[in-house]
Amino acid sequence: MAEEMRIVLRNYGKIDPLKIDDYLAQGGYKSLEKARAMNTADLIAEVKKSNLRGRGGAGFNCGMKWSFAAGAQADQKYVICNADEGEPGTYKDRLIMENDPHTLIEGMAICAYAIGATQGYIYLRGEYPFLVSTLNTAINQAKEKGLVKDFDIEVRSGAGAYVCGEETALIESIEGKRGEPRFKPPYPPSEGLWSKPTIVNNVETFANIPVIVEKGADWYASIGNPAYPGTKVFTLTGDINNRTFFEVPTNATIREIVFQFGGGIPGDKKFKAVQIGGTSGAFIPDALLDTPVAFDSMSAIGATLGSGATFVIDESRDIVDVATRIAGFFEHESCGKCAPCREGTARTAELMEKINEGRGSNKDVALLEKLGTVMSYSCLCGLGQAAPAPVLTTIKHFKADYEAKFV
Amino acid sequence: MVNLTIDGIKASVPEGSTILQAASEVGIKIPTLCFHPDQSIKANCRVCVCEVEGNRLLQAACAMPVFEGMVVKTRTPKVLDARKTILELILSNHPQDCLNCIRNGNCELQDLAQEYCIRENPFEYKVRGFEKDFSTPSLFRDQDKCILCRRCIEACSVIQSVNALGMEGRGHNSMVVPTLGKALIDSPCVMCGQCIHACPVGAIGEREQIDEFLAAVANPDKVVITQIAPAVRVAIAEEIGMMTGEMPMGTFVQGLRQIGFDHVLHTNFTADLTILEEGNELLKRLKEGGTLPMFTSCSPGWINFCETFYPDLLDNLSTCKSPQQMFGALAKTYWAEKMGIDPSKIYSVSIMPCVAKKFEAARPEMNDSGYQDVDLVLTTREIGRLFRMSGLDFSKLPASDFDSWMGKYTGAAVIFGASGGVMEAALRTVYEVVTGKTLEDVNFVATRGITGIKEAAVDLDGTVVKVAIANGLANARKLMEQVRAGESPYHFIEIMACPGGCIGGGGQPITKANVKRVERIEAIYVEDEGLPLRKSHDNPEVKTLYEEFLHEPLGHKSHELLHTHYHPKNKKFL
Repeated sequence: MAEEMRIVLRNYGKIDPLKIDDYLAQGGYKSLEKARAMNTADLIAEVKKSNLRGRGGAGFNCGMKWSFAAGAQADQKYVICNADEGEPGTYKDRLIMENDPHTLIEGMAICAYAIGATQGYIYLRGEYPFLVSTLNTAINQAKEKGLVKDFDIEVRSGAGAYVCGEETALIESIEGKRGEPRFKPPYPPSEGLWSKPTIVNNVETFANIPVIVEKGADWYASIGNPAYPGTKVFTLTGDINNRTFFEVPTNATIREIVFQFGGGIPGDKKFKAVQIGGTSGAFIPDALLDTPVAFDSMSAIGATLGSGATFVIDESRDIVDVATRIAGFFEHESCGKCAPCREGTARTAELMEKINEGRGSNKDVALLEKLGTVMSYSCLCGLGQAAPAPVLTTIKHFKADYEAKFV
Repeated sequence: MVNLTIDGIKASVPEGSTILQAASEVGIKIPTLCFHPDQSIKANCRVCVCEVEGNRLLQAACAMPVFEGMVVKTRTPKVLDARKTILELILSNHPQDCLNCIRNGNCELQDLAQEYCIRENPFEYKVRGFEKDFSTPSLFRDQDKCILCRRCIEACSVIQSVNALGMEGRGHNSMVVPTLGKALIDSPCVMCGQCIHACPVGAIGEREQIDEFLAAVANPDKVVITQIAPAVRVAIAEEIGMMTGEMPMGTFVQGLRQIGFDHVLHTNFTADLTILEEGNELLKRLKEGGTLPMFTSCSPGWINFCETFYPDLLDNLSTCKSPQQMFGALAKTYWAEKMGIDPSKIYSVSIMPCVAKKFEAARPEMNDSGYQDVDLVLTTREIGRLFRMSGLDFSKLPASDFDSWMGKYTGAAVIFGASGGVMEAALRTVYEVVTGKTLEDVNFVATRGITGIKEAAVDLDGTVVKVAIANGLANARKLMEQVRAGESPYHFIEIMACPGGCIGGGGQPITKANVKRVERIEAIYVEDEGLPLRKSHDNPEVKTLYEEFLHEPLGHKSHELLHTHYHPKNKKFL
């Protein structure tokens, strides 16, 4: 049976986030000191060897990403923390920043040293204005103590656009432009903010770094699923008894998340489906609940781990209605840059509404499947590519619910 | 070089090439909409997607760089299906009124719909129903047709540095709008029309005035006369399926007579006249310590730009009207008198490579003849349509010649059509006026070509005159910033709003790539070379004009009819 294991939330509830001495007393900033005593190539090799993969959703090897930026020649490089956390139902980054901001700053400072950056940004979700002062207090304390003397961090607030969680849209937003993704390549580690080599990592990714440096890559790589080692923070919402968060090793299964940590479904109702990874996540039926949550095993069932948001619905819910609302969300959040997403999210929402209101037919369902499939590999960025997943997976696993809508 | 395989064909292309470029090298056309050869890569329309082996996602060919060993497939079922679906999505809210569209037959979206056999669109057709913007006399915008490729925005902001267009709204509510969502006339738009060339569809076009022209021709009380700008002849051929520059002048004149013009005259006549007025104005400023550098004033898009963005530099502008307006003022005075025609009956039409000319002709100050000096401006494209409407076969039409008065011109006038031409023409005359010597080689090659900013220095008997030439308003802005900072080393600056000069004007046949502009420039200099007279002051009709009517450059009559003044635009957003 899986057990909770706290790495990124190791200081949760143990320290006063506004007191740097509390953090220092827990061994804080020792990892930064240790990292700075290493040469940067060894440091990056260690992070690479830990096999820490990005916790923002794309799951790219973190040390590998750093090595690209470290190898790029430039007069300036940047470290950006993606704290946009716009996925509905996700609040893991908030937990870290609210309760242990120094772990994020330490992680960013280690990255800055590794790649040779002197400027960092925390791109903070627009709906988290109350975290600005917490972060700035922590940054100033670290500065005053002389812990991050050659690395400046600025907090930048987003303006509420979901797409700005996409790293290149986030970069455009920091540059003062419309929050719209860029085409890739070039990727940010070679050409990012102000066209300079830039590392964009998620809050949770950075929070892992001090512990990896402290305890070593081998220790980290041995936790959880070997292909996606470490822990993952899950935030549970919906029809579930424990609407709270858990940090668990990555070899836990979906069933364990829902029924063991989540405590199952309230009111003796039956489980219907769970959506993992945020609003663009796949809906997973009962038959697939024994899948491990690790990145690649989720991919294998056409799902994603994403942000770790876990949204459970019970048998009493109308899953077509839920998918319709989600389609409306993407219609609203598409940035409008690329044609298949701009038009496709609007058409998807329109077709879903039609079906949900009882005016649809099998022809509409077939068109949704075709449109969603095309979007999944033609759109410019992850938003458009992932947006059809809730519709496609509910059609795949709950076709009867769609058919029941036809009048 | 990078080696790759495209649809089984081996290709070897320079490093940094895109799939689109590599495919074109081996003869495979990949469809595009947001791609523009002279602009940055946008990758937003996604119709160029291809399969790259080893990648689940399709890749945009316009943006994806090639790599060694890359295997690309451009027409698998997955690719074709994606392209077709994307086209159906774009078409599902695009007005289905191709037959009424100004770009019917010359539309990138229409071409793709045809190539991809779009028949029944599975998506419900929903036009957005925006109001069209007819606020300017030069351009209209039809938001419903906009496919949001953003090429117009780049033309306006990067090439012209005007920034009249930008994005507003998000998702399927995104729109290309003039500044702050205002009407185009209330934006900084200078009406150059470069956005028209950038637009792949009919979302922006010229204010077509063919009906006004036909009504004037049908009116027995009107004497319909025309003047043709020098850049028109080289490009009109493209409108009727001939090669650039191939339309012989005589045939062109015959065509104009056929569509209803009673008298066919030439703007080149007043281009030569402009040189005498402007050249003397420059010499006067040099001699008397007037405001320098002096700027040319022929390009109405440039005038709008200067009035909008550099109202503090209006004194630097030559007071000379453009050749179009000099012609307009003279046609209803000198020419009417000479021909014995009541000027109130003259309907003066100019044929221009330009949409800003429509605005210029409508300026309230342009009525020094006692009437509106120019009644109607038709663009090269509109004349092309009139030619097609009239069913003329230009391979068989007998040649005709210009009318005798205000139809003669020199090579110096012809080159007004290309960037640097006004400068070169001025130098040919100013040199001879100042030095009293005959200019042996009239070719000032340094002033020619499509380079954004050119400069030259001419020794006028010991006085070195430094000149600069800019085409495209972003280049003009660079020179203006220098002037504003008091750091401009020049005496005389020629500015043309459009890239390449008038041959690349907003009223010319739709020109997607700069290579076409270069072809037209070449055709202009071929015409100049072939003319017996190549200096404006040698134009016999201009000499007669001074003898009979104007008496001297910058004289009383000239000031009354040929010179003007400028107004700061004082727009609120500035």
